[in-house]
Amino acid sequence: MSNAQSSSDRIPINLRTEALEQLLVERGLVDPQVMDTFIKTYEKDVGPLNGAQVVAKAWTDPEFKQRLLEDGTGAVAELGFKGPQGEHLVVVENSSAVHNVVVCTLCSCYPWPLLGLPPAWYKDPAYRSRVVREPRTVLGEMGLELPKDTEITVWDSSSEVRFFVLPQRPAGTEKFSEAELAALVTRDAMVGVAQVNA
Amino acid sequence: MTEIQPASGVADMGGDSGWGRAPIIDPDEAVFPEKWEGRAFALALLSMRLSGSNLDAFRHAMNRLDRERYIDDGYYGRWLYGAENLLLDSAIIAPGAVEARAANIAGGHVDEPPAPESTKPDYAPTAAGSIRQIDAPRKFTVGQRVRAKTMNAPGHTRLQKYTQGRVGTVAIAEPAQVLPDTHAHFIAENAQWVYTVSFDSRELFQEHAENFTLNTDLYEDYLEAAS
Repeated sequence: MSNAQSSSDRIPINLRTEALEQLLVERGLVDPQVMDTFIKTYEKDVGPLNGAQVVAKAWTDPEFKQRLLEDGTGAVAELGFKGPQGEHLVVVENSSAVHNVVVCTLCSCYPWPLLGLPPAWYKDPAYRSRVVREPRTVLGEMGLELPKDTEITVWDSSSEVRFFVLPQRPAGTEKFSEAELAALVTRDAMVGVAQVNA
Repeated sequence: MTEIQPASGVADMGGDSGWGRAPIIDPDEAVFPEKWEGRAFALALLSMRLSGSNLDAFRHAMNRLDRERYIDDGYYGRWLYGAENLLLDSAIIAPGAVEARAANIAGGHVDEPPAPESTKPDYAPTAAGSIRQIDAPRKFTVGQRVRAKTMNAPGHTRLQKYTQGRVGTVAIAEPAQVLPDTHAHFIAENAQWVYTVSFDSRELFQEHAENFTLNTDLYEDYLEAAS
């Protein structure tokens, strides 16, 4: 039985990472250029701009919105969004009556194809542990005060299903184009810890 | 070949207290605020392939970490330690090799253990990803009352402790998926139906809890019919 060493003299994590990379690269087991490609993909190509496009389209195309809510995976694939951590997508709609918010208490499962890699707050133990127990309080601490009569539904990802929030379209945006709407949509609104403001 | 090693318990933190105030959102946060985080991310993805394991084994490799290793270097810190566990399990790297190399990079002169003979798990997935087509009928239907079982799994599980023993209602019938509990240990895929189950917050956290609905997607093996 072996396990990552657990002695008290900790090696700084950046040095540890470099050591592992060297060991694997010098034996030809890992190609550093492949690593660069993975990193660049999630720095440049796969991020919340994808999800914002989905939201803006759902706000302006009622038939797309219906498909999105019935078959999230299929609907976002129409826009070319699929890949790791996007095997089965369930889209839930926020309204003035119901507010949905997503978490993964066990790790930090997140819909990568639409939102990229999760932000620090989503991975924070305080968020993971508390939003399933006192979501109204946690959302308040994060700056989102919901009306008392708004029902809250928390979605905790356990399997490979990924949950995605379709935020409420802000008032006063009736004349906005799809692109203008997409520019308003934030990452945090698509997880349910914020609302979209015009 | 991997033995079944227990989770440390730190990862299963849903409903726990003691983690402090909710985090502050930084809307301009970089994807990888430090360079090593991107390297650790990529190394972990490649280590899953190199070690001949799978995503469930990787999650369990992180859940095995003690609290210090799980928490102190953040998300990509546990990815790196988890990746090391997978590489040690499959004898892609030798115990002590990373520590010795780190010491030498830092200017030391330490003997490094030779690369071992690898022992990858005797395992191959039946398809890509986790979703499978199965013929078995569903045990539960939407609207049915179900109880999350109380399970003391020796190894990996995705059944959170805060849902165990609690009664909810099936809200969504989800696609069939491989069971992490056995897949993580290369025992079997055990593909089975998954259900999103709705729990009343007061069923989970007593009568004084905030009033809300908690939905979570649970595997059929985790559930039993409730009246």
